[in-house]
Amino acid sequence: MAGQALWHAIMLLFAAAWLIPLLWMLRNAFLPKDASIGAGWSWNFTLDNFSRVWQGAPFGQYMWNTLLVTSGIFAVQIVTLTLAAYAFARVAFVGRHIVFMLFLVQIMVPSDVLIFSNYQIINELGLLDTKIGIMLPYFASAFGVFLLRQAFKQLPYELDEAARVEGCSSLGILLRIYIPLSKPVYLSFAIVSISFHWNDFLWPLIVTNSPENRLLTVGLAMFAKSTEAGAQWTDVSAATLIVTAPMLIGFMLFQRQFISSFMHSGIKG
Amino acid sequence: MNTRWNEKLRRNGFGWGLVLPSLLFLGMFTYYPMLKSAWLSLFEQNLAVRTPVFVGMDNYKALLHDPVFIEVFRNNIWFAVGTVPVSMALAFVMALFADKAIRGKGLVRIAFFYPNMIPMIAAASIWLFLYMPQFGLFARFASWFTGSEVNLLGNPDTVLGSLIVMTVWKEAGYFMIFYLAGLQQIPKDLYESASVDGIGVWTQQLRITIPLTMPTTLFVTVVAITNAFKWVDHLWMMTKGGPDHASSLLLYYIYETTFSFNDQGMAAAMTVVMIVLLLVISCFQFAGWERQIHYQ
Repeated sequence: MAGQALWHAIMLLFAAAWLIPLLWMLRNAFLPKDASIGAGWSWNFTLDNFSRVWQGAPFGQYMWNTLLVTSGIFAVQIVTLTLAAYAFARVAFVGRHIVFMLFLVQIMVPSDVLIFSNYQIINELGLLDTKIGIMLPYFASAFGVFLLRQAFKQLPYELDEAARVEGCSSLGILLRIYIPLSKPVYLSFAIVSISFHWNDFLWPLIVTNSPENRLLTVGLAMFAKSTEAGAQWTDVSAATLIVTAPMLIGFMLFQRQFISSFMHSGIKG
Repeated sequence: MNTRWNEKLRRNGFGWGLVLPSLLFLGMFTYYPMLKSAWLSLFEQNLAVRTPVFVGMDNYKALLHDPVFIEVFRNNIWFAVGTVPVSMALAFVMALFADKAIRGKGLVRIAFFYPNMIPMIAAASIWLFLYMPQFGLFARFASWFTGSEVNLLGNPDTVLGSLIVMTVWKEAGYFMIFYLAGLQQIPKDLYESASVDGIGVWTQQLRITIPLTMPTTLFVTVVAITNAFKWVDHLWMMTKGGPDHASSLLLYYIYETTFSFNDQGMAAAMTVVMIVLLLVISCFQFAGWERQIHYQ
């Protein structure tokens, strides 16, 4: 029993240690500027940092851009991956094993590694500094295809046949049976895809160079770099909080769904 | 005969039509860039040589003699060695705790997983302050130990270690999720019968939990190693690879070579090296998947 209590205490201590960066950020985000540099501990509280940050950089615009880009990517992905997953799960076409192997390549070589050539391609297409340029490389997701194919394969064939007897076309079956029955998988993929693109930095940094098209992560990096180190870290903390809040709040509210979707996608991906 | 041909043709057309949209985007942004990198890596093209000159394997030979590349490669190996085992061990222990119906497990899950939900660039900006000399919490802690003021990110000896600590913090919770899933697949009656036989808790972990989560461990190892070669955002924010390349990693060096030095041939050659490296690591993943199937 003593061992159990000790083990308990150690784990909670670890959890507490893990929360330090978050608490540190929260504290600084609400701390008056001069108090953060002072030597002592301060319990003062202010919202000035947020209003200053909001005026210092167009974070509203950045947030809108991020929302647009992440939902745009997801919307197109849904279409491309549903079609491909259905083909791999239920259509016996010639060469599908080879194509399937080709899809594997994208999982093994993520686009982060290909930034150099992808930048040139976006440049040749004349799409530098556009939102579509940020989104384009992610319109197909081999990972999502694998995830969904697995789900489609687990649906009983009898459903398929019954619908076909009723005179339903292949696409009709896909729309009326496969998609509705795979909702949890779509939700999992949505969480993984949206959190990934919400947090992505290097690619949006390279592609964009004007505030109109900048995403939250890039905006935060620019803002943090432009401030003088140390003196304005309350501002940077407030900006960091603005950028991380949507994902953090979403995670706190739907902790179970988040964790189970990551479990789901990780193991079967 | 004719109708069968028709059916076949229709089915193939349908199948290919369905994969075509995905294939188009994958072709444009995965296969084509890969081939293009391989092709460009055979040419010299930089600020001095504007029109590409075919040089064969010279770029690769130059990489082998580039002291910075070698240092960056070595850094990346150390980065992997430092982050992978520690974050995995922590993840395993945390999962053991969070899996059982113990009070406080919800808090542990949240505390451990939230770093994964925030962008690396935001994590980097928080940790930049934690490490800031004089004011940063961890910097104060470190100087309390050493007795003198320390600049953790400004010193070539401590910078990589400091970034490893941050990465472990960021990643451990992600791996915990996989272990949580792995633990759920172990039949509970195994533990019950072990307890009945008088086998202690420690021995149970050693004999039951660790062997039965082996497939998960294999899978997580590959993901963790791959990630160790992909993390780069924090360098942009915290150190720019410095001081004196002490914290630079492969992908960041590719980024620098491309966008700061404009050396396309070398950037292409390094991209190819990265691709080969990732493909080799991924091959282990397939071996892992095979194992997982055997276990089920």
